[in-house]
Amino acid sequence: MDKAKTVLKKYTMIIALIIVTLFFAWGTDGKMLLPQNVNNLIAQNAYVLILATGMLLCILTGGNIDLSVGSIVCLVGAIGGTLMVNMRVNVFLAIISMLVVGLLIGIWQGFWIAYIRIPPFIVTLAGMLLWRGLALVILNGLTIAPLPDNYLVLFNSYIPDIFGGTINITCILIGVISCIIYIVLQIRGRINKAQKGYEMESMSSAVVKMIIISIVIMAFVYSLAQYKGIPMVLVWIGVIVMIYAYVTSKTVVGRHFYAVGGNEKATKLSGINTNRIYFIAYVNMAFLSAVAALVTIARLNSANPTAGTNYEMDAIGSCFIGGASAYGGIGTVGGVVVGAILMGVINLGMSIMGVDANYQKVVKGLVLLAAVIFDVLSKKNSK
Amino acid sequence: MAKILLEMKNITKTFPGVKALDNVNLKVEEGEIHALVGENGAGKSTLMNVLSGIYPYGTYEGEIYYNEKLCKFGNIKDSEGKGIVIIHQELALVPYLTIGENMFLGNERGRKAAINWDETYGRADELLKIVGLKESSRTLIKDIGVGKQQLVEIAKALAKKAKLLILDEPTASLNESDSKALLDLLKTFQKEGMTSIMISHKLNEISYVADKITIIRDGATIETLDRKKDTITEERIIKGMVGRELTDRFPVREEIKIGDVSLEVKDWTVYHPLYTERKVVDKVSIKVRKGEVVGISGLMGAGRTELAMSIFGKSYGTNISGSIYINGEKVELHTVKDAIRKKLAYVTEDRKSNGLISSNPIRVNNTLANLEAVSNHSVIDEDLEVKVAREYKDKLKTKCPTIEQKVGNLSGGNQQKVLLSKWMFADPDILILDEPTRGIDVGAKYEIYCIINNLVAEGKSVIMISSELPEVLGMCDRIYIMNEGRIVGELSREEATQELIMSHILKSSSKGE
Repeated sequence: MDKAKTVLKKYTMIIALIIVTLFFAWGTDGKMLLPQNVNNLIAQNAYVLILATGMLLCILTGGNIDLSVGSIVCLVGAIGGTLMVNMRVNVFLAIISMLVVGLLIGIWQGFWIAYIRIPPFIVTLAGMLLWRGLALVILNGLTIAPLPDNYLVLFNSYIPDIFGGTINITCILIGVISCIIYIVLQIRGRINKAQKGYEMESMSSAVVKMIIISIVIMAFVYSLAQYKGIPMVLVWIGVIVMIYAYVTSKTVVGRHFYAVGGNEKATKLSGINTNRIYFIAYVNMAFLSAVAALVTIARLNSANPTAGTNYEMDAIGSCFIGGASAYGGIGTVGGVVVGAILMGVINLGMSIMGVDANYQKVVKGLVLLAAVIFDVLSKKNSK
Repeated sequence: MAKILLEMKNITKTFPGVKALDNVNLKVEEGEIHALVGENGAGKSTLMNVLSGIYPYGTYEGEIYYNEKLCKFGNIKDSEGKGIVIIHQELALVPYLTIGENMFLGNERGRKAAINWDETYGRADELLKIVGLKESSRTLIKDIGVGKQQLVEIAKALAKKAKLLILDEPTASLNESDSKALLDLLKTFQKEGMTSIMISHKLNEISYVADKITIIRDGATIETLDRKKDTITEERIIKGMVGRELTDRFPVREEIKIGDVSLEVKDWTVYHPLYTERKVVDKVSIKVRKGEVVGISGLMGAGRTELAMSIFGKSYGTNISGSIYINGEKVELHTVKDAIRKKLAYVTEDRKSNGLISSNPIRVNNTLANLEAVSNHSVIDEDLEVKVAREYKDKLKTKCPTIEQKVGNLSGGNQQKVLLSKWMFADPDILILDEPTRGIDVGAKYEIYCIINNLVAEGKSVIMISSELPEVLGMCDRIYIMNEGRIVGELSREEATQELIMSHILKSSSKGE
C-alpha cells in the first residue's frame, strides 16, 4: 500500500496526463489519437517545450520568470524574416544571426538582472514592451511571407522515408534504435553501479520501467509512421530537452541552479558565483526564445507582428503544472515536458471537441490553478 | 499550595512515523516561572504548539486544563483569548512596520474599517515603558536590534493581556547583558502575578530564573525539579536531559604539537556595507597556528562574525583594508572561491539562512562547497556523491534515516553536523567556526567538540567564535577578546577565566565612550 502511494506520488503528473488523454480520446471518439493529431500536438507545442525548458532555469533561481520571451520570439522572427525574404541572406547565415540576436538580448537583460540586481519581473516586463515594439518597427506592422524552402526543410518538414511504402519504415527504425540506445544506457549504468558497489533500484522495477518506456516510444513512432513520419521539429525538441535534462540533473552548473533557488546566501558562501547563475539563466532564456522563433516562423511560414503573443504564459504555466516550485529550487526538465504536453493535450482535445475558444482559456486557467493547488496540498500532507 | 493554572495531562502527539510526544504531563502553578528543558527534538516546542492551539484539539490525545477548565483550542486565537501567549524563537515581527503596528498586528485598536492610530501608539508607548524599552513606538522594527525586538515581542504579548507567557528560547540570539535584562524583566512580571513557561538551552539562565524545571527527553516527561525541594545544579539538569552524568562537558584533547602560524591577519579594517562611514572591524591583527584552537570571545555585535566573513573572501563589508598571510605567504582573497582555494572554510553561525539549503537532501548539501571533487569535467558523479555523504554521516555520527533526507527536517544538532561535513569535505586547513554549538543540545555539543579535537589532531587550525564563555574556556588554546570591532585582549588557556574575559570587555567599553 505504501509502495503504491509513493509510486502514485512520484508519477502523479504522468498519471494525470494519461487520464486527461484518455478523457479526450473518449470525448472525441478516438479522433484525438489519430496519427495526424498526434503529429499536430508536436507541431503546435514545439515552441512551448523549448520555452518552458528555458523558463525552468529562470524559475529554479528563485521563482523568477521571464515575461519577455513572447516578444523576443516576435523580434527574432521579424529579423529572420527580413534577412531571408527581404534581403535574401543565406539561410544558415540568417539562422546564426537570429541566434546571436537572441544571445545579445539575453546579455542585455541578464546584465541588469544579475549584476545590477533589478528584479527580473521588471527587466523582462520592460523587455516585453521593448522587443515587441522593435519587432513592430522592423516589420512596419506587416507580415513577411513566404519563407524560403530550404529554411522550411529544416524546421517544418519530415525526415524523409528512404524505404517508401504506406508505413514510414524510417520512422519505425528510428524508434527501434532509440529504444535500443535507451536500454543499453540503462544497463550500462547498472553494470557500472554494480562494479563500484553502489546501491541501485531493484531489477524488476528497472525492467518494468524499461518495458513501459519502450512501449511508449514505439506506440508514438508507430502513430507518426502512419502519417508523414518524424517531423524535423521533433528532432530539435528532442535534442534540446535531452541536453537540458542532462545539464540540470548531472552537471555542476545544473546543481548550482538548484542551490541558488534553495538558499542563495548559503550558495554564495559556498564559493559559487550566484550572479553568474542568474546571468546564465536569462541569457539562456533569450537564446532559447530565439530557437523558438526559428520554429515558430517556420510553422507559420511567415514572420508577423502578433507572433509569440502570450507565449511566456504558456511556458510559465507548463513549468508550474510540471511541478516547478514558485519559490525556486525545485523542478525538473522531465516534469516540465509532461506539463507542456498536458497543456497541449488539453488545448488540442478541446479544439477537436469544438469547445469555444473563450471557454478554452477558462479551462486552461483552472487547470493551472488546480495543478499548483494539488502540488501545495500534497506537499503539506507529506509533512 | 498555590493554584494550578495549567495542567497538561497525558499529551500524546504523533506525526506520520514519529511519536513526538508520549504521555507528557506538565503542571504549572500560578505565578511561577517554569522552565522546560530537553535536548533538541525532545518535544518541547511540539508541546508548546499543542498548548497554544497550533496543533488544534483533536490532532493530539490527552487533555489540557487551564484555570481548571478543559480547553479545546482550535487555533492560536482561541488560546490567546484565554491569555496564553507564545513567543517563538524566530521572532515574528514585520521589519517595515513600526513597533506600534507590530504590537497590535491582528489585534488592532479602533474599528475594523478605521484603525485608531492615536490609541495604538499611546498604548504601545505605555507597554514599551513597562518592558523598559526606550524607543518610540513609531520606530521601524528593522531599525532596532534583536535584543530590543525581543522586548517588543514581550510588549506585544502584554498587549494581548497575557496571563501565561510562553517563551521559546528567548535569549538564543541575545548577548549576556540583554539576556540578563530579559530574565530580570520576567522576574518583575512574576511579582505582578504573571506566569511564564520558558524553553531554554542555557542552563545558567534556567537556574537563575526558574522556580520549577520540567525535563523532557525523547517525547516523555522525565521529572520536574522544584527549587524549594531539590537542589538545582547544572549537572543535575544535564543528567536529567541526557540520562547520564556528563562527567566532562568537554572532551580531553590529546597533547597536540602546535606548529607554525598558518593564518595571520594584520591591521584588518572593515566598514559597514550600507552605512559606509561606520567601522565594524578596526585594525584587527590575529593569528592561528597549526593544531591550535583559537577562540574569539566577545558580546553580540562585537564584530566577530563580520571579521570572519570579511576574511573569508570579502563576503561581508566594504572598503576592506589590511593583509592576510597564509603559511607565511601574503594572499589576496577577493571572492569566497579564492578563500576556499587557499584552504579556508567559514562555518556560519546561521545555518538556516547562510549555511544549508533546507529543501535539499543531506547528500547535496554535503558536496556543495566542493563539487569539483565529485565531478568529472563538470559532470557530477552522483554515485560518488552518495558515497561521500555516507562516509561523513558515519564519521560525524549524523542521525538521519537516509542521506536523501531533506536537511530542513533534521534537528539543529544534526544540521550542524551536515554543515560541518560540508566544510570538512571542502578539505580546508583553516576552519573558522562561528558559534558552532548555537541552539543545539548538550549531547550534540559534546560530539561537535570531539570533531573539533579531531580536526586539530590532523594538524588543521581552528578559529572558534563563541558567545558561551564556558565553551571558549573549555576548548581553546588561546583566546582573543573582541569588543566594538577591536581586539581588546589575548589570553592563554591557563590564565583565562570567565571573570577576566568579561572584565576585558567591560573595561574596553568604558574606554570607548
